[in-house]
Amino acid sequence: MATFQLTVNGQRREVNVDPSTPLLWVLREDLKMTGTKFGCGISACGACTVHVGGVATRSCIVPISHLGDRPIITIEGISNDAVGRAVQDAWVDQDVVQCGYCQSGQIMSAVALLKSTSRPTDQNIEESMGGNLCRCGTYPRIRAAIKSAAAQINKGGA
Amino acid sequence: MEVNRRGFLRVSFAAAGGLVVSLYLDRTAPAQEVGMPRQPAKVYPPDAFVNIRPDGMITIQVNRLEFGQGVQTALPMVLADEMDADWNNVIGELAPAADVYKDPLFGIQIVGGSGSIAHSYQQYRELGAKTRAMLVAAAADRWKTTPDKCRTEAGVVHGPSGQSATYAELAGEAARKPVPATVRLKNPSEFRLVGKRVKRLDSRPKCDGSLKFGLDLDLPGMKVALVAHPPVFGGRVKKVNDGEARRVEGVREIFEIPLAKGSGVAVVADKYWPAKQARSLLNIEWDLSGVEAADSTELWTRYKQLGQTPGNVAGARGDQNALEKVAAGNRIVAEYEFPFLAHSPMEPLNTTVRFDGDRAEVWAGSQFQTVDQMAVAEVLGLKPEQVTFHTEMAGGGFGRRAVTDSHVQREASEIAKRLKGTPVKLVWSREDDVRGGYYRPMHFHRVEIGVGADGFPVAWNHVIVGQSLLMGTPFESMLVKNGVDETATEGTADTLYNITNMHVSVHHPKVNVPVLWWRSVGHTHNAFVMETLIDELATRAKMDPIAYRRKLLKPDAKKPLSTLDLLDKQTAAWRSRLPKGHALGISCHESFGTGVACAVDVSIENKRPKIHRAVLAVDCGVAVNPLTIESQFQAGVGFGLTQLMAKGAITLKNGIVEQRNFDGYVPPYIVDAPVAVDVHIVPSAEAPTGCGEPPVPVISPAVVNALARLTGKRYRSLPLVSIV
Amino acid sequence: MPGLRASLSLSAIIIAAALWAAPSRTAQGVAAWEQVYSVLTSPRCINCHTATNYPQQGDDRHRHVANVVRGPEGKGVPGLNCAGCHQETNADSTGVPGGHNWHLAPLEMRWQDINDRPLSSAAVCRQLTDRSRNHNLDGPGLLKHHEEEPLVKWAWNPGLKPDGTARTLPPLTHEQFIAATRRWVEAGTPCPTGK
Repeated sequence: MATFQLTVNGQRREVNVDPSTPLLWVLREDLKMTGTKFGCGISACGACTVHVGGVATRSCIVPISHLGDRPIITIEGISNDAVGRAVQDAWVDQDVVQCGYCQSGQIMSAVALLKSTSRPTDQNIEESMGGNLCRCGTYPRIRAAIKSAAAQINKGGA
Repeated sequence: MEVNRRGFLRVSFAAAGGLVVSLYLDRTAPAQEVGMPRQPAKVYPPDAFVNIRPDGMITIQVNRLEFGQGVQTALPMVLADEMDADWNNVIGELAPAADVYKDPLFGIQIVGGSGSIAHSYQQYRELGAKTRAMLVAAAADRWKTTPDKCRTEAGVVHGPSGQSATYAELAGEAARKPVPATVRLKNPSEFRLVGKRVKRLDSRPKCDGSLKFGLDLDLPGMKVALVAHPPVFGGRVKKVNDGEARRVEGVREIFEIPLAKGSGVAVVADKYWPAKQARSLLNIEWDLSGVEAADSTELWTRYKQLGQTPGNVAGARGDQNALEKVAAGNRIVAEYEFPFLAHSPMEPLNTTVRFDGDRAEVWAGSQFQTVDQMAVAEVLGLKPEQVTFHTEMAGGGFGRRAVTDSHVQREASEIAKRLKGTPVKLVWSREDDVRGGYYRPMHFHRVEIGVGADGFPVAWNHVIVGQSLLMGTPFESMLVKNGVDETATEGTADTLYNITNMHVSVHHPKVNVPVLWWRSVGHTHNAFVMETLIDELATRAKMDPIAYRRKLLKPDAKKPLSTLDLLDKQTAAWRSRLPKGHALGISCHESFGTGVACAVDVSIENKRPKIHRAVLAVDCGVAVNPLTIESQFQAGVGFGLTQLMAKGAITLKNGIVEQRNFDGYVPPYIVDAPVAVDVHIVPSAEAPTGCGEPPVPVISPAVVNALARLTGKRYRSLPLVSIV
Repeated sequence: MPGLRASLSLSAIIIAAALWAAPSRTAQGVAAWEQVYSVLTSPRCINCHTATNYPQQGDDRHRHVANVVRGPEGKGVPGLNCAGCHQETNADSTGVPGGHNWHLAPLEMRWQDINDRPLSSAAVCRQLTDRSRNHNLDGPGLLKHHEEEPLVKWAWNPGLKPDGTARTLPPLTHEQFIAATRRWVEAGTPCPTGK
């Protein structure tokens, strides 16, 4: 066990955990932030996606010991970001979700895409979202929502 | 009302209409927003569907699991419309296990058979209308007038002389009114919500991380458990060396538990990660004696052999010797292979149980509350009514959360039994899920068709080989007749194609692999066989695939015909003008009372099918929420494509499942799904039928029919490993 | 004259000896190259030297999980960045390898064809010694790259797989690899003939 200082959604937090614990489980069980989801544990599905130091990261495979002091943003904090808000609003407006379990990860990946590419092409969308699994199959609506969010962002709505 | 084709319990609505509606005036419970974590202390009176709170919010109990299909929005919508409630004030809640929430047709609390709207539409309409009637009666009393002089709108009753009162204000008096035996339901022209594209109630909390799924549950003192399952189904623990495992910090207990078949070792820890680490450090010697080691290669050999001769007859009509009269050159002989499939819903299976000696509490995203509640009670030595069973929001299911042996709930209960007073959350990791069985069974088909001079089938002999889902379960008497499990033959023996001389039979081998219904069940493989063969016949007859189907369908195949008409119209502009390298694929199949016709525009990119567009025409009776239906069909075809994925198969070698996780069993990602899916609904006023499963059977044959046009090859063995 | 005949014979012997030694030096250089090649085409190295828009993983060199793609700089794309999962060092508790600046080798350094088949020894050698493609590295530069580049050295410290077992190492130790590289460089980085 060791103590780690983290910055999560702008707040300083301290946890005392086994250093090998993946960030996902620290978030979910030590910080009680269950918005980030467990889907596979081998970075194959993206349900656990958060932003670490501004980079979309699969938290199920990053041990807490590897984080350093890079700031962490989770789905619970992404609405503090204008692009994050635009994406969430587009998701709701376009009625994207079905069971919704994958959508925290989908949104975090989409936000990473839109913060880097404000006018993503179909190919950009397929590549950046290509590793986020949705068993319900909401992909067509995800595409539409990303385009809708991009339009909002470029209109100055974000 | 019309009896479900499957012949489930026949319940008339006179009996179902006896459901009591009570208005539960809750003065003490704190305000609850949609998606907020449910407080464990909340009590549900058994006969409450509608709760009008003093603050005007209306909670409506949904007698179904919400696992993506949108029922937590659709059923409250139906009730709220008849009730003339203010939709902005409606909260849908998932009802716990109780008699009053049983499916009116199935007689148990269940989500399955695509029956949520089909079976509860009328029920929820009546509940809404009755509630409204009682509110109006209370208002009429107050104003000393008669109900017929009052009208309702958006949660307010208006009197004849300008009086008005909100539902919240009237709730107390209304609760004392008698529940009317009959009510007038709205004329469709009066609907304000039904028939409209109403957005989901649960979107925002699913987009901001606040909605809690079963796996997210956190209770004071809760422990997390993982179970080491035998490598071969039914194996038993012989010896456990847990020394290293116990040294992991946070591990509390390690002990053997019985499983539905065989036994395993439970690891209980403070949190998931120590439980997982400890489990991987267990050294278990398994007793695999007397346990059949199923092997895919061996099974294929066995199935193929069985498929060469007829089995138990599922359907036989016309001249049983018709095929013999057809020359060999006019026959098509086709053999099909379908592998085991895992459901793999995104949220790993989980159940939380707390056993207190004389009662228990369960939290589970269950499709099968009645059955699961009984199983928990049985393991804990309780009566079902001593088990409070909460229904949690679930991250997908596709049938995986409706298991006749309730094995996950049983495992959780066995562990909770040992930790009296402590809530225990049992979690199945993704590896447990992929390797844990309860798959869509493997199937082999052999079809021999005699083709007439006009290109239409004059004989059709069809042998199906696959495990029975229901033999040996309490459901056997309902769906297994004369050695035929209907869930394996649906879509073939009862085909709506007018095939005069047809013989369909089935073999149900016994195999040591637990199997389960996988979204659309028998239609998953049967529709694939039918629709690819029909397409082959159409090509052979040099006929347009839509025209061919139109001609072959029975004249009273109302829904397939209506969907083909709509599909024809919606694709006329582009389907014969596809760019080079693209091809059209058509399919048409009715399941669970809903007709679906599908057209896809497919090319081959990076050696995989690229689906540029899918167009679906749907006939599901009255479209209660066209937005939900559109979503179900757009997404459902994405799910259906699991069958075509290169690594979309579960295989066994010497009893052991060869796949581990999503690296070995790979479902469709965004690149595998259609880029665009257009859904068109046939206008109808008929009773609504389901939309959960009907999207699934049509997509795979449509895509493969397109591929056949591109490559000239026939694809009869799934998954699609190589195309070119 | 006996002295002239003797010096002519000696010259002949010296020239013959020189001609004999030259092919021997090249042959040794090529032999050293073959050792280098055996390391370059082992999974720990070749999995990131692909000709496609994706990396490979595992000893069976299957396509990397989660549809990760090359991206414009070999570092992935915004939603799926290499560094998002691959940290500065191996994450042994979760089985994910890590190293500084984890990314795909550029396409100029592909050692496979588009069907994921390793290129021939001659082809890879020509690529490696083509200064218009190898970031202008000369022989000593290549040696230094093999000695010091963190992602090269990672191959000998590749960490644990998710199942807890160690990843297999290249067929030579790092020291042997450097020694072979040195011999090859000192021989003038000769390449085998052929395609």
